[in-house]
Parts: sequence; structure tokens; C-alpha cells
Amino acid sequence: MTLRIKPRLALASVLTAPLAWLLIVYIGSLSLLVVSAFFRLDSFTGKSTSQWTLNNLNEVLTKSAYLKLIAKSVGVAAAATLVCLAAAVPTAFYVSKCAAPWAKRGLIVAMLLPLWAGYLVKAYALRAVFDPGSEFGRGGFLASTIGWSPGFGYVAVIFTLAYLWFPYMLLPIYAGFERLSDSLLDASSDLGAGTWRTFGSVVMPLLVPSIAAGSIFTFSLSLGDYISVKVVGGTSQMIGNIIERALLAPNQPLAAAFTLWPISIMVVYLIVMGRLGAFKNL
Amino acid sequence: MKKIHKVYALGTVAVFLLASCSGIQGKDEGALKSLGDGEGQVNIIAWAGYVEDGSTDPAVDWVTDFEAETGCAVNVKIGNTSDEMVELMQSGEYDGVSASGDATLRLIAGGDVAPVNTDLIPNYASVFEDLKNKQWNSKDGVAYGVPHGRGANVLVYNTEAGPAPDSLSAMFSADSPYSGNISVYDSPIYIADAAVYLMATQPELGITNPYSLDQSQFDAAVALLTDQKSRVSQYWSLYTDQQASLESGAVTAGTSWQVIVNLATANGAKIGAVKTKEGATGWSDTWMISSKAKNPNCMYMWMDHIISPQANASVAEWFGEAPSNEESCALTADPNHCATYHAGETAYWADVWYWTTPTSECLDGRGNKCVPYSEWVNAWNELRA
Repeated sequence: MTLRIKPRLALASVLTAPLAWLLIVYIGSLSLLVVSAFFRLDSFTGKSTSQWTLNNLNEVLTKSAYLKLIAKSVGVAAAATLVCLAAAVPTAFYVSKCAAPWAKRGLIVAMLLPLWAGYLVKAYALRAVFDPGSEFGRGGFLASTIGWSPGFGYVAVIFTLAYLWFPYMLLPIYAGFERLSDSLLDASSDLGAGTWRTFGSVVMPLLVPSIAAGSIFTFSLSLGDYISVKVVGGTSQMIGNIIERALLAPNQPLAAAFTLWPISIMVVYLIVMGRLGAFKNL
Repeated sequence: MKKIHKVYALGTVAVFLLASCSGIQGKDEGALKSLGDGEGQVNIIAWAGYVEDGSTDPAVDWVTDFEAETGCAVNVKIGNTSDEMVELMQSGEYDGVSASGDATLRLIAGGDVAPVNTDLIPNYASVFEDLKNKQWNSKDGVAYGVPHGRGANVLVYNTEAGPAPDSLSAMFSADSPYSGNISVYDSPIYIADAAVYLMATQPELGITNPYSLDQSQFDAAVALLTDQKSRVSQYWSLYTDQQASLESGAVTAGTSWQVIVNLATANGAKIGAVKTKEGATGWSDTWMISSKAKNPNCMYMWMDHIISPQANASVAEWFGEAPSNEESCALTADPNHCATYHAGETAYWADVWYWTTPTSECLDGRGNKCVPYSEWVNAWNELRA
């Protein structure tokens, strides 16, 4: 008996602290956040009272300006994910299947290198690239070299986010290619399939879980981002900006109500990606 | 045993959570009675350019000598907007703040700041009388801080983009020559700038105070800002963002602060700045002490230092505002500084509307029908969405 209980005891003592941390600090604070969306604000002192109200929720769910902004934010996050995907699949394929074995490691390190630079450094670097200038100033890199720049706006935001989160998409797809046996490609070729047919019918279906896993990172990080849109977005906004402004107003209940949007969008997104097998390959 | 530990741990964490979320306040109503020794440090929230220790420009330094004299190390956190300052002060982590009028009343009402015993601040005696015990820095005749200085929000413009403007129409008119390159301050309080313009251009609305707007006046201001949106290229809240855009030429006109104009000019931007003929919004800032200050003695010493003639002259000159201390005018590097910024001219300040928190009780005595600040925030959020 004692022999059987002791390992359990050991396991329990190891797991109790992290589990308590997860349950209380993480889930607990998240639920407190959700609950605070239902409190009324004392409009003068900016502190929440203990009276209940549905006004915050109503404001957040019905105003068309906010609904449009949420649609735009989802669009930006989806577009950034697609840009990452379009760049990551050929890159990962090359590194995994074409590059010489000795070059592989160096290439992977080179592609993860941008993660070593700070977020703000990268965002402001891209600001210097996209600055449109005007007839009274030469603007940034693009405007002053090729004479054209998309300017500050959603296009610049999408490319900045894609640049920031690219490694998070690359790594799972690279791992997916590594798991993909070369013999499958050979077999497909032996059966008469051309390059594109092999890619479409053999490689992509096996890669779906990896893509789903990578897209969770790029989509969720983009959806929650509110800094790069300030730096390169010009007059554009994302959900995060509205939440920040409500929080600083300070109107914590309204900010909490706004956060219900990204939370529910991410829950739906995770369920869909889970169905595609994203979590089997993490 | 294990179970007990678990329950204990759960309880501890729960108490922490409750304490941090339920807004329990350790409020101390009274002002400090006497000054003790410094605590060795002081943590303050300030506008950019208010607390300079020589790291921006070696010649701009009024912190090092204070630290040497008092032994209080100054830790500064830059607040970008009044809303952010209120939020930071509510955390109780800071000893004091340089609050503008749209924050002071909220801080007083929220119990986040304590009354100030001005007897402990010798330099208070030489502060301009028309800044003392005003509606934005006192309550029932009790001072809640010391006046720091005042200024107007200026219109900045690119000197090569056309003749120098003198009117807010550069910001609000549909045929503004700066259309498409306009920079706007990204805060709900900016609605008051639209109201100032409406006071001059649409007198039939009957606006008498840009911070006291009834629903129809408020709607007119928001409509003006919605119309302005298509001509705006930037809404700034970080002052460095506007500075960078002025330098690159991406912005050719905007609402600005003199300190941004100074910094961008130093980097070669070809810009000028003017207080518009319609009047302007502005600020009259107040150093306030937190009701939960952990270093009250150092904070009192700081409040005395920052309004001392020399330090107040330095900060006023660096930031580009009028000093609050009458004796500072003799000590500025530019002998005309006080004249340029109209420090003692009561008439000049008549059409500068200091930032004030809008409340449902109108400030001009029309009763309880004005739009409160929380509605300003919602309107601004919707406008920006």
C-alpha cells in the first residue's frame, strides 16, 4: 500500500501549486474580468460600483461602429495570418526538403533571429519604412527610394503584424514538413502525379494540423495587438485600442465588456482549429 | 496537513485578489502637519518635459540638484494623457502627479489625492494669486496641490505648406489647405477644441464653456469631429509620434504642445506654432500628493522645489509654458519668456479654456443637463472606431 500511495503523494505535491496558480490566478482573474463587465460605473470618480447593469454589454453588442471595428480587426488578423502562411510554406519546404543538411540549422536560426529584437524596435523600424512623408518632407524608406508607400493604415498594419509573428507560423510548418516522409513524395511521383498535384493532394492535407497550430499564434497575437496599429496605423484602430481607451477613461466595466469580443472570437477559433487537428501536433 | 496547506494557500490568494479588485481604500483625509526627514526616494507621474534630469539634454536639469540637496531620488513615470494619469494614481503606487484640470477633480472626488498643507511649502507664497485655490485645484477652500504652470494648446503648422494660419479653421474647415495631413490629439477632451471653434463660428448654439455642453451642443461638436475625420492623417497620444510625423513631413498641421514644437524644431522640422484667434484649450497643471503616498516628505520637498523660482523658470522655459511663480520671470534664460508666454497677463488667459472634467452639472449654472465625461469617452471611442 505505502508504495502505491507515495508516488501519488509526490505527484500531488508537485502539481498542486501550478494547478492552483492556473485555476485561481489565471481562470480566477479572467472570470473576475467577465463579472466586472456587469458593474455600473460611477461616472465622476471612474470607479466601478457594486450595482448591476446590462448597459455595458448592450453598448458593446449593438453599436454599429463597434461591430464594424470588430469585423475589421478580425479581417486584419486573418489577413496577417494569410501573409504569414504564404511566406512560411515555401520557406519551410525549402529548408526542410531542399537545403543541404549542414545549412538547415543555420537557416532556421537565421529565420528565428528577428525574435531576438524587441517588439517596439521592429515596429518603429517598419514605421521608418512606411512613413509616406508629403511634398514637404521625404518620408520613410519606401517613399524616398521607390517614391511610393502604402502609407500608414491597415495595409501597413497587416504587413507589420505578419513580420512580427512570422516565426510563430514558420516553426510548426517546418516541424510538419520534417514529419512528412520523403517516401510519400516519391510514391506520389511514381504514381504519376506532377509537382502541383503532389503538393495539393499529399502535402497540404498532411500539413493542415501544422498550419492550424501556427495560425493560432498569428491570429490570436494579431487580434489582440494594439501597439503596432498606433505606430504604423495612422488613423486606424483595432479592438485593443478601444479596450485601452475604455480602461484609461477609466471605465473598467466597459473595457471588460469589450474584452468579451476577443475572448469569444478566440474560443470559436480554437474550437475550429482543434477540429482541424491543431492540438495533436503541438 | 497537505489539505490544510492547500486551503491556506487558496485563502491567501483569494484575499490578495479581493484586495486588489474591490477598491478597498486606505484613505487619509488630513494634510501633513509637519515635515519630517526625506524617505530617500519619491515616485511621481508627470507630463513629458516636467521632470528633466539632464538625460534628454545635459543643459536641461532641475532634478540632480534636488536629489543632492534632499537625498530623495526621483523616479518618474511619464503620463501620456490625463486619463492615463488618473488610472495610474488609482493604483496607489505613486506619491504624486502633475495633474491637469481634467484629472484633478476626478482625483479629488475619488479620494486618490490628499489636501496639501501649503504652510510646509515656502515657495507657495510667491505663486501668482490668480492660480491659487481655483475650482480645479481646491475643494471648499482647501488646497489640493500647488500650481505648476499653464499654457495653451497651440496650432502647429509646416511653414513651407502655406501662409501661417491664425485660425482653428485650419483644423476644422473642409477647405483647409492642410487637409489629409492633419494631426489630432487622441483624447476625449479634444471634443472641447471643436466646441471652442463652434463658439466662434456658430454662436447660435449658445456654447459658453467648451467643457459644459448640453446634448445638442455636444452632438454638434461630435458632428464637426466626424466631418474632420476624413482630413486627419494621425491621432496622436504619444508625443513622440507627433514629433516624428512633423519631422518627416507626414503631418503639416495639428494640435500640439509647445514642447513638441521645440523638440521637432531642434531636429530640423520647419514648423511654427500659434494660439488661434478663436481662443484655445489649455492646461493649468497642479502638483498633487497621493492619499496613499509612501514618501510624503520627499513629495512635499519636490512640490516646494518644482515651484521654486529657479526650477519653475527652467521647467517653464523647457516645456514652453507660463511659470506659476512670479519670481521665476526674473530668472529665465530668455528675459522675455514671461512676456512671450503672458505669465502675468490676466487678459491673455481669458480665452484659454483650461482642461476641466465635464460633469452633468453644468459649469455655467444651467443646471443638471450637461453631458458628463463618461459620455465624452463613449462618443470619442465611437468616433475613432
